[in-house]
Amino acid sequence: MALIGPSGAGKSTLIRCVNRLVEPTKGSVRLKELELTRLSKRQLRIARRRIGMIFQEFALVDRLSVMENVLSGQLGYVGFWQSWFRRFPVPTVNHAFELLERVGIADQMDKRADQLSGGQRQRVGIARALLQEPEIILVDEPTASLDPKTSRSVMRLLIELADERGLAAIINIHDVVLAKQFVERIVGLRDGLIVFDGSPEELTEAKLTEIYGEEDWSLPKKRAQASDDHDDDSDETESDPAHVARVVARGASGERA
Amino acid sequence: MSSAVASQRPKPAWRPKPSIRNPFLRYGLLIGSLTYLYLAFVTIDVNWNRVVLGLERSQVVFAGFLRPDFVSRWQFIQSGVLESLTMTVVATVLGVALSIPFAFGAARNIAPLPVYLFCRAVIAVSRSLQEIVIAIIFVVMVGFGPLAGVLTLAFASIGFLGKLLAEDIEDIEPTQLEAIRATGGSWSQSMAFGVVPQIMPRFVGLSVYRLDINFRESAVIGIVGAGGIGGALNTAIARYEFGTTAAIIIVIVALVYLGEYASGVIRQKVQ
Amino acid sequence: MKDGTKVWQRRDRRASLNVYFAYLIAAVVFLIAFRYISGQTTWLFVWDAPEQAADLISRMFPPRWSYAERLWRPLWDTINIATLGTVIAMVVSIPVAFMAARNTTPHPIARQIAMIIIVFTRSVNSLIWALLLVSIIGPGVLAGVIAIGIRAIGFCTKLLYEAIEEVSPRPIEALTASGASGAQVIAYGITPQVLPAIAGIILYRWDINIRSSTVVGLVGAGGIGIQLNASINALQWSQVTVIFVMIVALVLAAEWVSAKVRGAIQ
Repeated sequence: MALIGPSGAGKSTLIRCVNRLVEPTKGSVRLKELELTRLSKRQLRIARRRIGMIFQEFALVDRLSVMENVLSGQLGYVGFWQSWFRRFPVPTVNHAFELLERVGIADQMDKRADQLSGGQRQRVGIARALLQEPEIILVDEPTASLDPKTSRSVMRLLIELADERGLAAIINIHDVVLAKQFVERIVGLRDGLIVFDGSPEELTEAKLTEIYGEEDWSLPKKRAQASDDHDDDSDETESDPAHVARVVARGASGERA
Repeated sequence: MSSAVASQRPKPAWRPKPSIRNPFLRYGLLIGSLTYLYLAFVTIDVNWNRVVLGLERSQVVFAGFLRPDFVSRWQFIQSGVLESLTMTVVATVLGVALSIPFAFGAARNIAPLPVYLFCRAVIAVSRSLQEIVIAIIFVVMVGFGPLAGVLTLAFASIGFLGKLLAEDIEDIEPTQLEAIRATGGSWSQSMAFGVVPQIMPRFVGLSVYRLDINFRESAVIGIVGAGGIGGALNTAIARYEFGTTAAIIIVIVALVYLGEYASGVIRQKVQ
Repeated sequence: MKDGTKVWQRRDRRASLNVYFAYLIAAVVFLIAFRYISGQTTWLFVWDAPEQAADLISRMFPPRWSYAERLWRPLWDTINIATLGTVIAMVVSIPVAFMAARNTTPHPIARQIAMIIIVFTRSVNSLIWALLLVSIIGPGVLAGVIAIGIRAIGFCTKLLYEAIEEVSPRPIEALTASGASGAQVIAYGITPQVLPAIAGIILYRWDINIRSSTVVGLVGAGGIGIQLNASINALQWSQVTVIFVMIVALVLAAEWVSAKVRGAIQ
């Protein structure tokens, strides 16, 4: 599920209310049958193991290696001295190896986290969250600090992994185009209230306006004419979001060429 | 890579990489440190009888600390504190004033070589010798009393401020200096407009910091007769008057704390 | 100006007045203080000073180099006082700093206690602690080590807790979100971030401790200061010169080592 909305609408806050990094003032948060808002500190820690979280700016410990960062996802399960001496149980370590391969950075295993690129760091963050073997992952703006191409591959990876493991995912994202391409359900927030809840097909321009406010969703006039010159299907309206997506993709791949 | 391939590979144990890659260096350092610690411990000459005796005496000391005595020696405490404060003020002003020419002389990009070497030498000596040693020398030269203390702290300030200031001067953007010179300014003008504005804010901050340090030092150099509350402290300890000792220490702590607070405020205002 | 033309002034009227008053007050305070000190000074001795200085210098040179062979053991003691004092201080500073830092303190009272420890151990010079300790447990290197250690605790703890408070909160948030306990968050999230600071503080303080250790012997707390005290009392100024040379060499060497190691760690 993707969470969209303008800045300040409360998307980050909402996500953080789920694992109580931000304390909800009213209402209830339920994970399966467990009421999260009423847990004690210790119970909350145990519950948090079931909730993975992936952050906008990766939130890795820079001076530790990639492997140590991934293993830190299991800190909730091992004792203090075990973790201090890095003596994680063998199944955990094996699972970490698998995950590193799955996200495609197994060869960076012993590098310090701050020596990696943005996209690589986000993959470490994903591996760390998955090592918890969570039931749900909370994803806070996973692509905000990444370039368009890396954003797509990270999103694709996230959705594939969620599908593979049957994970629920709440993805806080500002890139509406990406959201529509990858998720099944979109929730739109505005000023702290839900104003949209439906499938990507139902997210019309009118709905977008409701969420984000008045905005011309078409391309600026100049560039639309230029793309008309290159484009065969010039009878499409300029305001079609799919058209926008194609031009953006073409532009992005054009730069790569 | 599929997980099928991964599960067929032998499962290696994982250990974190050590921070010092070279094993010789790593173990060498470890062995070296342990050897040093062993030697250091073994060669410390401790008269354990005296220490045990002392621990009994320390009960008296703690009793004294719990009941600080501000009253019996109040005259001495008062005059000592006054001396320390006045010494600090005069010495800092003097030290700040004198450190400026020394700093300019110790800046490689401004001073000619012989001047540079001389100033750097003076600064090095000032920084290597502790204030108390300098105090002893000045006491020999000008006699007991706060004047020796003032000279001591001023000399120490020259070393402290001079080095930092010289480094700042050496760090300035040469282009700014050139620009002033290019407009036809004289040497002193290029100093005033090119150098001074770049170093002024930090210099004021450092001077206020040195004021703090000087006060702390002024409490100590009295031990060798250079004025300030250190003399009263020395006397109190020598006479085993631990109540007075505690009182003096508390006064010192309070004044240092106040001084730091005030200097923080001043530094914020200036910068 | 009255005829309306604009004039550039570096500061406006009010700021100028403020600066003027600040200088005025500073000057007055300075003059009062100077007057007081002048009153305490036996100016007779001061006029004597150049003569005394010349006399002193003549007695200090030539240095009695043969005295140097009696200084090696005190030099070793001095280094040990500085090093062991630093080690003890760091062992104490690390837990106290975690108690003092707002983001890791277990309880506000613990923080207050830690702050009091810091204020007390920072404000008093190690020489004063040395004086007190010699009076209690007697002269010797042990008094010096403890005195240096006490002062170092204040210094190191303050720098360390400031470093702890400045760590990036993002990995902390991530570790908490995955269910790690408070202690694990500190071990995994905070400690790696402050390790460079710890190393830097240790080296910095060791350098300062070397300087302080050279003089604690003046009050009997071990090291080369003992020889210095003895030579001064016996008015053996040519020996004093040799001791000075040793001290300066030691301090410069320690500074060089400290800078080299800090460079290697970066």
